[in-house]
Amino acid sequence: MLFGIYSLLSATAFLVMAAVDVAFTEAAVGAGVSSLLVLATLAQTDRWEQSAPSGRAPRLLLVAVTGAALVWGTMDAPAFGDPDAPSQQHVAPRYIDRSPAEIGIPNMVTSVLASYRGYDTLGEVAVIFTAGLGAVMLIGRRRRHRISPPPPDHPVLRVTSKILIPPIMLFGLYVLFHGEISPGGGFQAGVIFAAALILYALVFGVERARSMLPAGLLRGVAVAGLLLFGLVGLSSIALDGAYLEYRVLGDSPVAGQQLGIMLIELGVGMLVAAVMTKLFFVFAERGA
Amino acid sequence: MNAVVAAAFAILLVMALALIRAVLGPSLYDRVLAVNVFGTKTVLMICVIAQLAGRPSYLDIALVYALINFISVIALLKFFERSDLQQRSAKSAEKSS
Amino acid sequence: MSLLSLLAGLCLLVGSVAGILGAIGLLRFPDFYTRLHPAGVTDTLCAGLILIGLMLLAGGAMAVIKLALILFFLMFTTPTATHALARAALNAGDVPLSGAEEGGP
Repeated sequence: MLFGIYSLLSATAFLVMAAVDVAFTEAAVGAGVSSLLVLATLAQTDRWEQSAPSGRAPRLLLVAVTGAALVWGTMDAPAFGDPDAPSQQHVAPRYIDRSPAEIGIPNMVTSVLASYRGYDTLGEVAVIFTAGLGAVMLIGRRRRHRISPPPPDHPVLRVTSKILIPPIMLFGLYVLFHGEISPGGGFQAGVIFAAALILYALVFGVERARSMLPAGLLRGVAVAGLLLFGLVGLSSIALDGAYLEYRVLGDSPVAGQQLGIMLIELGVGMLVAAVMTKLFFVFAERGA
Repeated sequence: MNAVVAAAFAILLVMALALIRAVLGPSLYDRVLAVNVFGTKTVLMICVIAQLAGRPSYLDIALVYALINFISVIALLKFFERSDLQQRSAKSAEKSS
Repeated sequence: MSLLSLLAGLCLLVGSVAGILGAIGLLRFPDFYTRLHPAGVTDTLCAGLILIGLMLLAGGAMAVIKLALILFFLMFTTPTATHALARAALNAGDVPLSGAEEGGP
């Protein structure tokens, strides 16, 4: 939970630096799903740490030295917000100048993420998918049919969650589709959606959540998300463009860009939601 | 507008005090309580920053964070409840064996 | 200053004061269960007043709606979380302080 505090302090710092989408993702992922996954992992281990074989001093020293080296490395970087910095000279002005004309959505972060740097996003999505796949393959195998004691009933939590979960999912959808106009987008929306499902699993028990969301469904949605992204690229080729060139998808280049962005954000959202939920189930089920 | 800045500082102060409680609090539950308060204050802080910066779009983040805070506290509690259950069943298993 | 901003300023100030008082209480109260109360004060009174103050100042309907949603959400979730916390502590065997030991009336 202290990690949670750290995450949200950094989210606030990002906000103050006007990096809103990053703050959004940091708040959702760092303080939210990460903490949940860490907790689920901790549930597997013993209550108390094993004492380390060697003393603490060498490890502390190592961490301090690495930290100092990293800080020293950043000293050479241009000052924050420096207009003469290399990254501001070529690429950033081009995006800023051309994005309204070429893509026409108010949120430039989404236009960079989804369109100008679309390959990168495709790669990230594939990484998330692979991570989920790896976790499932490594730990998800054996489903223990142990009869665990039923979780104690919490009427207040139950009722509150029933009221809250649908609006949370709606909010996730809002963030997904509004991500072109306000901060948001696929990743954040997927995490919010997964958080709603995890809340359900926490309050009503993992078994019941499992029966509602069979493994096949989660797998299917994750795969569908990734495929959607890839297929958008392929259909660009089919329509005489390059891979992931959205311009050719619609009647006009701008319409094509917007359609392409919407579709891949949907794909990203589906994938992230499914993988996060799957990861949580994998970790939670393995425990007692 | 000055009241908003004053509110921002006040919230910061409250966050610091809650953090002290989180570090001090003798029992686990004190710490969870302090973290919960910290989370709520962060939501307020983000709303205040949204007002000061004049960007209502920041409010989405506050909403997300309010949500996440809630879910994290519930998860934390479930985690401790489960490990308590495990410990108790282990103890009763020892007694009965 | 218009009436609206005056009112908003008042809400914000009272909310801030409530928050600080609650935080001091969080530090000074003797027992976990007693600390739940000041924490509740910060969560609901302080949060509520500050959000209402911000709502009065906010520009645009969308901001007001979002702030109202945040308020609604906080009002719903913080008492629930506090309840779950107190219940968990009770189940784990944390016993509240009672005045009986002090020899009160």
